[in-house]
Amino acid sequence: MPKRLPKVDVVLVGVGWTGGILASELTKAGLTVVGLERGKERKTEDYFMVHDELRYALRYELMQDLSRETVTFRSNEKVRALPMRSYGSFLLGDGLGGAGVHWNGQTYRFLPYDFQIRTQTIERYGANKIPAEMTIQDWGITYDELEPYFDKFEKMAGISGEENPLGGKRSDKYPTPPMKKSPTVNMFIEAAKKLNLHPYMVPSANLSENYTNPDGVARAACQYCGYCERFGCEYGAKADPVVTVIPVAKKTGKFEIRSHSNVRRILHTGNRATGVLYVDVTTGEEIEQPADIVVLTSFVFNNVRLLLMSNLGRPYNAANNTGVIGKNYAYQVFKGQSVGFFNDSEFNTFAGAGSLGACLDDFNGDNFDHSDLNFIHGANIAYTQTGKRPIQNNLVPKGTPGWGKEFKAASIKYYNSTISVAAQGACMPFRHHYLDLDPTYRDAYGDPLIRITFDFEEQDRQLTQYLASRCEDIVKEMKPSLVETAKELGPYDITPYQSTHNTGGVIMGADPATSAVNSYLQMWDVENLFVVGASAFAHNSGYNPTGTVGALAYRAAEGILKYRKSGGGILV
Amino acid sequence: MANQEENKDSSTISRRKFLANSGYAIGGLVVGGVLGSLLGREPKQQTPAPNQSAPQQTPDFNQALMFFTQEQFKVVDAATERIFPKDDNGPGARDLGVAFFIDHQLAGEYGFNARDYMQPPFFPGEKVQGYQGRLRRREIYEIGLREMQNYSMSKYKKNFYDLAPEEQDAVLTAFEKDEIKLTTTSASGFFKMLVTNTLEGVYADPLYGGNKNMSGWNLKKYPGNQMSYANIIEKEGLPQIKPASLRDHLSH
Repeated sequence: MPKRLPKVDVVLVGVGWTGGILASELTKAGLTVVGLERGKERKTEDYFMVHDELRYALRYELMQDLSRETVTFRSNEKVRALPMRSYGSFLLGDGLGGAGVHWNGQTYRFLPYDFQIRTQTIERYGANKIPAEMTIQDWGITYDELEPYFDKFEKMAGISGEENPLGGKRSDKYPTPPMKKSPTVNMFIEAAKKLNLHPYMVPSANLSENYTNPDGVARAACQYCGYCERFGCEYGAKADPVVTVIPVAKKTGKFEIRSHSNVRRILHTGNRATGVLYVDVTTGEEIEQPADIVVLTSFVFNNVRLLLMSNLGRPYNAANNTGVIGKNYAYQVFKGQSVGFFNDSEFNTFAGAGSLGACLDDFNGDNFDHSDLNFIHGANIAYTQTGKRPIQNNLVPKGTPGWGKEFKAASIKYYNSTISVAAQGACMPFRHHYLDLDPTYRDAYGDPLIRITFDFEEQDRQLTQYLASRCEDIVKEMKPSLVETAKELGPYDITPYQSTHNTGGVIMGADPATSAVNSYLQMWDVENLFVVGASAFAHNSGYNPTGTVGALAYRAAEGILKYRKSGGGILV
Repeated sequence: MANQEENKDSSTISRRKFLANSGYAIGGLVVGGVLGSLLGREPKQQTPAPNQSAPQQTPDFNQALMFFTQEQFKVVDAATERIFPKDDNGPGARDLGVAFFIDHQLAGEYGFNARDYMQPPFFPGEKVQGYQGRLRRREIYEIGLREMQNYSMSKYKKNFYDLAPEEQDAVLTAFEKDEIKLTTTSASGFFKMLVTNTLEGVYADPLYGGNKNMSGWNLKKYPGNQMSYANIIEKEGLPQIKPASLRDHLSH
């Protein structure tokens, strides 16, 4: 029999960005909260030796241990799904702060179009614009309704930026000014302006200046050391949960973090969650944590997996298009890019920050006419100077051998002399892209792994072709010696790194028949269970997801407090 | 070398700047310890690290084998030197200690795929599903290196490491193009891993046994482990900064 602990107001499954935000907001309002985190504690002191490309970027120091749990993947239902045995396409965070520790900090707001994508696409182009198998739907909330929560997230994290000339309306400016502009960032901005495009500085969670947020948390400015993505910040300059929301929750005295606590099931009686069952991974002991309200705040895959393993909600069935849990898995279409090689210029590109860069949305969302194009949506086009680290950056012109004397010479010659402009393509959901439980492969506890069924579609190939050409226009304007552009998307391959922007599976919406959670991320079928994260995205936009994840987390916190106050029921 | 003094200065200035920043941070909630722990520490870079300019006096005790046999080591040393040869740009894999780096990596968790999912059942998959074999990296190396020797012997009647450079290239190319069939793993898969590990050994921090004396970083004018680029991020051109390693970061 598992040990049974005293009941608390709220139990959180996972303590990353969403868990941290909820802990902070709910404890400030007086609730007692327990956060169960299956990894270890993390703190800024851990990153004393962080400028280590091998350990962090190539040996995945901060990532989930795949020997204990991974995912399985197949391109379609006819293929046997096989485990992702080592890392490639995306990197799963682990430990306190989760993936919020190793992110770059690029903090966008999704476009107004995103939240009403089905309605607006049909209004402008007619219903035939949407292919039969494409399952886009409105999110059950508008940009204007979500705007205050974006603002709240940005002020908590201290986002450094300037207004996006083609973005949604803002109630306030960014709390800190944009990052410093490097020479190559200026080159991108100048080139884009010459093409009459609308560049702006990437909204950055790497602080441009010292900042004290509304909770009284003070953090120092970014030093442009060039070690953000895959690394933790040794200065606390990059906003992450450990240096922002978690200390605020702890200070209330009402937040208890239990690390090394792996949740295996959500406990429930009928349509009410009663708590969770977890394992202390250091002893193997099984423990029950009862709670009035259960909140899933782990990564996309684990949110879906826990619901399916706990028999909560209606599992999605692609064959007859019923159910919702696991539906609308989406990713990022991130292959279209153009590279300029400069024979006679060298740049300071070894320096940088995860969110140092400039970008534009002229070809994102529905900011351009798709009447004559065979795709919808688009991509944010960006040049980022994140710090070129030497093991992973060996760009050479096509035709150069992959090893030997010529490779060595070219990889050294161009190391400080290339500029890449990339399109971060939106990813539309399709009927046969989904998550479910794998019938064969198991984790360290004997529980089934999550199974991904996903491939790129014609929509994605067309988008990539078009957007890569727009990247090429900008690079050409910079007058490099040589331009090379990647326009062919190919099939989805789980081996090369693309992005950790996995989305969907517990999607939000206005209709319980086609969505799993409402606009407060409350489950339609289980009113005291909230599922928070990019799992709520009904599709993925042409942006990094964290800004929108953060906004939704603040909205969920408000919903939980309302729910608590009203004494129950589904929030409208 | 003329820039050395200047760079020492700029690194000291940036350090002072952090200390100022950290004082600011301590005014609110204390959220980080690294800044605090820097207080009172002498910038290590002020003291020239040993072995930088003077010829090496003490032996490098790290240059011994944890995993490879002597023969395997000689094959890897010769092969990685062809992948990343010494030339007018500077040292190649041999002088940078790359074979020692690979030996040390295979001896530990990387060689055992300790953090990879290695549970059965094993099925051959589609290319897009990634590696699905049951062999661990150290086993792939053992098989690949044995076959490099076998192939060299059968074709040239010599050890791989005794072949002329062009012949070594021909053997490596045969692996790269899967002209050699290995019974349990793919020749090109092994070769790809060898190339990846070579670049890691050239450019990883010297603490791992390669990139000797940071000479790999010098090839790319990469400054290694630096506290801050806030002073140079807006500057045109490529700033020349003397590299520092993680060892320079430790206070004793």
